[in-house]
Amino acid sequence: MPFDISDITWIIIAGAVATYATRIGGHLVLSRFQRIPPRLNAALNAVPAAVLTTLVAPAAVSNGPAEAITLIIAAVVALRLNLVAVLVVGAIAIIALRAAGLG
Amino acid sequence: MFLKFDADFRQGLRHSVPIVVAAAPFGTLFGALAVENGMDIYQAVFMSASIYAGASQMVGIDLFGTNVAPWIIVLSIFAVNFRHILYSATLGPKIANFSALQKAIAFFFMVDPQFAEAENRHESGFRVSFNWYMGVAIPVYSCWVLEAAVGAYFGKLIKDPYAFGVDFMLPIYFLVLVMGFRKRRNWLPVVVTSGLASILAYYTVGSPWHVSLGALAGVLLAALITGGDPVAEPAEADPERV
Repeated sequence: MPFDISDITWIIIAGAVATYATRIGGHLVLSRFQRIPPRLNAALNAVPAAVLTTLVAPAAVSNGPAEAITLIIAAVVALRLNLVAVLVVGAIAIIALRAAGLG
Repeated sequence: MFLKFDADFRQGLRHSVPIVVAAAPFGTLFGALAVENGMDIYQAVFMSASIYAGASQMVGIDLFGTNVAPWIIVLSIFAVNFRHILYSATLGPKIANFSALQKAIAFFFMVDPQFAEAENRHESGFRVSFNWYMGVAIPVYSCWVLEAAVGAYFGKLIKDPYAFGVDFMLPIYFLVLVMGFRKRRNWLPVVVTSGLASILAYYTVGSPWHVSLGALAGVLLAALITGGDPVAEPAEADPERV
């Protein structure tokens, strides 16, 4: 471990400040707008799908077939079932497919 | 009173359950890996309690084991969490009814599923109240911090997290969140664009920049195909039309 134990604590504090800045920053910038232009509104409307997709897509292609197949199954099941049910189906799928050597 | 145990708060508590379930393996894994990387249990818990952003915490403990300069570690944490700037700009107008202090508190707790739940609630026509928001936030946050301690203490008891798929619960969870927004305008083109762009960035620029770059691509596309004309398109427009 190249860092002193107290160094780590200071890095964590700086990391926490940086993280909080990202969490409040977008709001502080946007609240300066008197009215939100339509293009900006459309952009903000797309934020949830756009950001959350990037947390999934690389996981679908950078692992083995077990992971890719599990995500496809989960996407289909998510059309009908609620969140907890999809998680259960997904867990069963990933465990079974990895046990089958597809991971 | 600042926070009331009202119907909104209780509904928030119910909405927190799937989030707690999905995040539990990840929170515990963080505690286990933190100790494995040479941190003590107090630092692991402190990191979960103060940064409260799983992916960036993982990047942080990864870098603590290297000779990387401290400011690079902080910058990496910032890069992984950059997406929150977009969340914050999106959520802000929906919690305009919060006081300044309530907003300051709410944004601290704005993790990915918290943001997605708030967006969903707004979309289904409910008011996003502070009581509801904290009803979701308090259990999710408390469990997250607790899991760091549990993972740090009992991490070695998890024999083979890979075989049990615990490392893969989070991508599945995020996928469900993505699917939950499928009624939104331009959903399919945005998802396809962000997905392809993030994969491309993942293999070229590398992690964690693929998140910001991929998200930017999808958001820009949405701004471009909407057009600048102030008359909103009908909400029931075919989402598959590009």
